[in-house]
Amino acid sequence: MEKVLMKGNEAVGAAAIRGGCRYFFGYPITPQNELPEYMSRELPKVGGVFLQAESEIAAINMVYGAAGSGARVMTSSSSPGIALKQEGISYIAGAELPCVIVNMMRGGPGLGGIQPGQSDYFQATRGGGNGDYRHIVYAPASVQETVDIMTEAFDVADQYRIPVLVLGDGMIGQMMEPVEFRDPPTRELPEKDWITDGTAGRRAPNIINSLYLAPQDLEDHNRRLDAKHRLITERETRWESFRCDDAEIVFVSYGTASRIVRNAVEMLREQGVRAGLIRPITLWPWPQAAFDALGPSVRALMAVEMSMGQMIDDVKISAAGRWPVGFYGRSGGMVPDQHAIAEAAVAMLETATQEVR
Amino acid sequence: MPMVFEKTRGLTDRETHYCPGCTHGIIHRLVAEVLEEMELLDATIGVAPVGCSVLAYDYFNCDMHEAAHGRAPAVATGIKRVHPDLTVFAYQGDGDLASIGTAEIVHAAHRGEKITVIFVNNAIYGMTGGQMAPTTLIGQKTTTSPYGREQSHAGNPIRISEMLATIDGATFIERTSVHNPQSVRKTKAAIREAFTVQQKGLGFSMVEVLSTCPTNWGMPPVEALEWLEANMIPYYPLGRFRSPGVDRTSAAEV
Amino acid sequence: MSEHKIICAGFGGQGVMSMGRLVAYTGMLNGREVSWLPSYGPEMRGGTANCHVIVSDHPVGSPIIHRDATAVIAMNLPSMRKFEAELVPGGLLVINRSLIDATPDRDDVTVVPVRANEIATEVGNARAANMVMLGAYLGITRLFPLSAVGEALGKVFGPKKAQFLPVNEEALARGAALAGQPVG
Repeated sequence: MEKVLMKGNEAVGAAAIRGGCRYFFGYPITPQNELPEYMSRELPKVGGVFLQAESEIAAINMVYGAAGSGARVMTSSSSPGIALKQEGISYIAGAELPCVIVNMMRGGPGLGGIQPGQSDYFQATRGGGNGDYRHIVYAPASVQETVDIMTEAFDVADQYRIPVLVLGDGMIGQMMEPVEFRDPPTRELPEKDWITDGTAGRRAPNIINSLYLAPQDLEDHNRRLDAKHRLITERETRWESFRCDDAEIVFVSYGTASRIVRNAVEMLREQGVRAGLIRPITLWPWPQAAFDALGPSVRALMAVEMSMGQMIDDVKISAAGRWPVGFYGRSGGMVPDQHAIAEAAVAMLETATQEVR
Repeated sequence: MPMVFEKTRGLTDRETHYCPGCTHGIIHRLVAEVLEEMELLDATIGVAPVGCSVLAYDYFNCDMHEAAHGRAPAVATGIKRVHPDLTVFAYQGDGDLASIGTAEIVHAAHRGEKITVIFVNNAIYGMTGGQMAPTTLIGQKTTTSPYGREQSHAGNPIRISEMLATIDGATFIERTSVHNPQSVRKTKAAIREAFTVQQKGLGFSMVEVLSTCPTNWGMPPVEALEWLEANMIPYYPLGRFRSPGVDRTSAAEV
Repeated sequence: MSEHKIICAGFGGQGVMSMGRLVAYTGMLNGREVSWLPSYGPEMRGGTANCHVIVSDHPVGSPIIHRDATAVIAMNLPSMRKFEAELVPGGLLVINRSLIDATPDRDDVTVVPVRANEIATEVGNARAANMVMLGAYLGITRLFPLSAVGEALGKVFGPKKAQFLPVNEEALARGAALAGQPVG
């Protein structure tokens, strides 16, 4: 297919429809408005339904109802709106319903700002809602990657009966980049025999539910979910290792920030500093294996985020004391500068050298 | 021997967890009977709330969802939009609908969502142990209004049917009661009418059923029924507030 | 390695967004890495609009241009005032002389004044001032041949606006000619 220049938010909508999405429930919030606007225009053309809900809370609960009824359904929002959806996400995870949620992150806390941010890492990966649950978190770094992930996301959600969060930011949503729409790899999807679509007198009623009043029943449910989470970790973890083979310093960065880090890596290499980048594409499941594959040349890790430091917790867990972990971050809608990142890396390498001496 | 009475197929054989004298059982049965009589049971999806009727998904013999607290109308909206040809109902209590879920019920009505809501108003939070609800009467003692509800502190009880009757999309709104056999029969008629409105695709329908909570009211069941009649009906007048083609904002006996 | 970082700015309705998109689109069609980023939020409610366009030989890192613009195309005075500071020394400041009757503060950049509104009116469409400005920019930088931009124009605006193509192409050419560059 020919490349087209598309705004991230609209490309997400186009990819979702290509991925089979036919229902969208949402509520306006900057910087993701072009996505619901696109869906309101395009879904009716393919026999789908767009509905603007009265709130993010209502929207995610409409998603719950539609997902339980067998639909390919999504919602989207930005940080404070995603916070409101957490109750529903917990219920959806508990009832094991497939759906896709898009968060075009902005700075926080509270109303924060409307410029791009990455300060919802904790919310996205630790579960902003209650209970022992996980959901898949994709963190694409370009409009093209967002489109590829979005097209596949509904299959992934259906395969595991789990919510899938696509974590972008204001930049990914607002910018235009060339994109090509491609078919995702084929997955074998289980039959949806658990949905509510009327018994038609042919089967016992199906129940969509997350309530297990008996402690043993709930523990059994938690164990089932845990087994599913392990399976997903085994099969669906994705990352990119860029120039890590001989690296002395390895950056860890995702999404928009990782684009800039990649340029910093090239810049450092030109200066003779052997830098590399681990770019998690799934934030959950987290790519532990990328760290275990690092060679003896590595002397330090550095997390680069558009936040005051959230993903760094996972980097430290993965480092497990093997390497010192540094941090460079900007927040509030400020986007890191590749020169500043490179300087921070050089400074850290010097410190690491002194410590060795 | 000829069969003279049979349990409705609309309910499962599961024994309910409701307290002795609780009127949820009656209301469940009325909904189930209507669905069976209208031959809708196999093409119906229900939504249970959070509250005493949280386990309603085990009792209704049709496809069911269990919704988060107050969100049943939003969940029902999602279901109905996917299955416009199926019958969708939400069963909610007064804490669920009149407190935490006001936005969801108002906007489901305002969109004219083609769903039916059974609103069980017993003027108290039952499941959590008898706390004050927005529908608790002035002077009524609850575990969070131990000296009786005071208007100056907690406002006056909210009249949901009257409020929703001001919304264009609310096609059918009726308040009934289940304190005596006659009122039970009227409630069943209202529920049938509400589902008929949905069947015809005319818009949103809701039946508010005044109900008792002997346990949390601290009364024997019969006394509770009498208390309902003497105290709730004067404040929450029974009647049809909206029906297709008829707009009325004050109650009238049907 | 070549990287062009262009800020297009002006009043809403002056076509600054489509001017930027046209540059990005042409870059894409010619195999370059590109990004286009609009201003959004309350910033755009006051009637001014701007976009950041990057055309590069390597994947674009940040699509935001911050103090490293190689060019600013300013369609009105507030835009010139706001964005001239974003230019690198030696950068290019293309200003719409029809609406900007002031001198820039920067003395370390190349200033190109263009009577864009008058020229657009002369070619028959007052709304083509943005194309005149873009033509001037392309005439100087030779980022793309005008023919490549003409091809992209057809794709960006689609068949519905095909009747405007000749006027836009002429506006581009007139702008480019101002810079003393051959039209081609």
